[in-house]
Amino acid sequence: MEQVHFDLLKETLYSETLDNGLQVYILPKQGFNKTYATFTTKYGSIHNHFTPLGADEPIKVPDGIAHFLEHKLFEKEDGDVFQDFSKQGASANAFTSFTRTAYLFSSTSNVEKNLQTLIDFVQEPYFTEETVEKEKGIIEQEIEMYDDNADWRVYFGTIENMFHHHPVKIDIAGTAKSIAKITKDDLYTCYETFYHPSNMLLFIVGNVEPEEIMTFVRENQAQKEFAPPEKIERFFEDEPQEAAKKKSVIKMTVQTPKCMIGFKQANTGRFGDERLKYELGMNLLLDYLFGQSSDNYEELYSEGLIDQSFSFDYTEEDDFGFSLIGGDTSDPDRLTQRIMEMIEAVKSKGIDGATIDRLKKKKIGSFLRSMNSPEYIANQFTRFQFGEMNLFKVGEMYDQISKEDLETILKDHFTEKSSTSCQIRPKSV
Amino acid sequence: MPKTTDPRVIPLNGYTLHLIETDKYKTTTFSIQIKRKIEEENVTKRALLSQVLKSGTKSYPSSVHIHRLLEDMYGAGFVTSVGKKGPYQIITIRMDVSNEKFLLDQTPLLDQSLSFLAEVLQNPLNDGTRFDEKNVRKEKRVLKQKIQSIYDDKMRYANKRLIEEMFKGERFAIHAYGQEEEVDTITAEDLYTYYQDVIKNDEIDFYIVGDINGDEMLKSVESKFNLGDRSHDNQPDAEAPVRKEKENIIFDEQDVKQGKLHMGYRTSITYADPKYYAMQVFNGIFGGFSHSKLFINVREKASLAYYAVSRMESHIGAIFVMSGIEFKNYEKAVTIIREQMDKMKSGDITTGELEQTKEMLRNQILESVDNPNSWVDLLYHSKLSGVERTIEEWIEGIMAVTMDDIIEVAGTVTLDTIYFLKGEGQ
Repeated sequence: MEQVHFDLLKETLYSETLDNGLQVYILPKQGFNKTYATFTTKYGSIHNHFTPLGADEPIKVPDGIAHFLEHKLFEKEDGDVFQDFSKQGASANAFTSFTRTAYLFSSTSNVEKNLQTLIDFVQEPYFTEETVEKEKGIIEQEIEMYDDNADWRVYFGTIENMFHHHPVKIDIAGTAKSIAKITKDDLYTCYETFYHPSNMLLFIVGNVEPEEIMTFVRENQAQKEFAPPEKIERFFEDEPQEAAKKKSVIKMTVQTPKCMIGFKQANTGRFGDERLKYELGMNLLLDYLFGQSSDNYEELYSEGLIDQSFSFDYTEEDDFGFSLIGGDTSDPDRLTQRIMEMIEAVKSKGIDGATIDRLKKKKIGSFLRSMNSPEYIANQFTRFQFGEMNLFKVGEMYDQISKEDLETILKDHFTEKSSTSCQIRPKSV
Repeated sequence: MPKTTDPRVIPLNGYTLHLIETDKYKTTTFSIQIKRKIEEENVTKRALLSQVLKSGTKSYPSSVHIHRLLEDMYGAGFVTSVGKKGPYQIITIRMDVSNEKFLLDQTPLLDQSLSFLAEVLQNPLNDGTRFDEKNVRKEKRVLKQKIQSIYDDKMRYANKRLIEEMFKGERFAIHAYGQEEEVDTITAEDLYTYYQDVIKNDEIDFYIVGDINGDEMLKSVESKFNLGDRSHDNQPDAEAPVRKEKENIIFDEQDVKQGKLHMGYRTSITYADPKYYAMQVFNGIFGGFSHSKLFINVREKASLAYYAVSRMESHIGAIFVMSGIEFKNYEKAVTIIREQMDKMKSGDITTGELEQTKEMLRNQILESVDNPNSWVDLLYHSKLSGVERTIEEWIEGIMAVTMDDIIEVAGTVTLDTIYFLKGEGQ
């Protein structure tokens, strides 16, 4: 078992990669009642075109299948795993993103038992035609709930505008039509391919004894047999650099319009420290441009164009990336125009180093605060690790980012041709 | 062993200080709760005040100044909000700041935080008769948008409508954000007058959680916060709940894809009641968890919904059921939900359900003290109810609940209102 101590954070991280390829990480948190564990596979909604384990030919599977699989994994021959967790005083959950599916529990007692339930249920699939059919009604209602959610619609609308082919433009849950096609055999095919231990990461954080937990996990895995690990072949079509669509408008039953402006990342494929530096740099830059202490924010707020729902975010995964800026607004067209103008103004004026230093302090402090949260640590650590980055290096990486780095990112990322906007407008009654 | 003690509660001049000394967190959390009974004529003003308090002080006259200060303080968190807990409308001012010992340079963040909070509370930007016009104008617009955004979020909207219908004629029917059409009628003078009234009369509780030295903290808080004597007449007059002859059924129509079915039940048991533990277990079995009757029967067995849950309003004595369903499944869903309540009343509950629920509640309480904000929330709920319970008492109380206790509290629960938001012409 490896051990890394982070002096300033006063944390020690224990880790090991097991013989079957599973990566296991343990972060003890003394004084906490809670233990939180996530078991994550590097498999999300975008992985819909791949060569199944043991096959030669690539296949395409129905949209929404990773998320469907997440739902179905909880069901077993003798009932629902939720029940086992709650009998053991744990609350369980799961989520699917573009690139990951995570299963988790949190509990204040029976840690080993709950951990065993977590690992075993994810590693023992049980699907029948009948239970697959029954799930379709539930997921249809989940999809409809999001259909009525204006924030989700504007978020996804912007991503759809950006991409020509990339499956990130497909809603994570799929559509009622696409999930209707899913069969139990499809689920097994995806499961066998992507739920191999070598494609997964287990993270345990809480009031635990690392040696004991690691021994427990090792023994659990030693009892199970897995096919030898294979590199998974995933396929993506070539994606042009510019946004697919400049603008779209969705009419909904709302009172306040919404507007999201997106910039599609043209150069992806960064890993490790390079991606970490780029991602942190982008976050600093967005804060510099539109954070609450910026002149731009103050102007937009005073002009009545934004309110507290205004936000921004940058996402980068192995082969796609984008930034999003926006929120509720009285005038979507005007907000889009002002944001584009403000970005151009900073490009020609350059970046002020003193402000960046202040923002770095803010980011480091925020990072420290997020270390209170076991959920944050486990989820973010896993995301970072899948991108070959180390969460605990965030603090020192901020120190290495210069004003010039940010100016480069500014010119690289925020271009006219990579931009798009999506608006929600009230239906006129 | 990490040090975690029971909170020290210290009544000071005009407010109560609660110190929670623990080295579990990498931050220090401050939370100021300002309580007054819901007053129809002041609700909107109070909502606006909560916004204006964070928009400028004497030394930091605008939100840009405030945000730059917070960034310099290693990204300290600072929010103000307004909400409803039972018959009270409460302004919350919250701040959290990194513990200095985790930083390379030893900035005196603790002291800076206290000074800043003291200013937010005691010296918001004003000229002696009114708040700063520009700040007030800005925050009015934001408040109006916040009120509108409830309409835009169909789950919240259905919840608001249920409460309006269910509590018609009672204090609790009023939303904590107030009325959109009232916002523009409030002047910067009105608001300042109301603020002075708040500072003079409202009941204020100040919570500090972190790796602090209690005695030193007490000294600095006392020197910075001078609120003066006060007598707060805060007890809302007892309102007899409006008992309905029969269930109220309300349908609204909008162009939406999914129907929102919200059902409101009343119970006479509130937070202060010794039977409250049993009520919590009752709610857990009924719809509080993923092993609950609602989840199993509405979602897992009938596949009618993605979510089907129940939540308690502990200070009022109400249970709200929420689910998103297809319009055509209204009758089916209501029937299933009614059946689950009948089962609760007739004691059709397994020992497994009872034990599982108690375990989950115990887990929830223990987890809440791992997070400084939920810990403060738990303590403040207790304070509000007038019955303060320690963590140990909570857990013991929950674990002691029997099947008979559940049947007894179930007897107090009656369905009051069914609200359904459905599609146009459906």
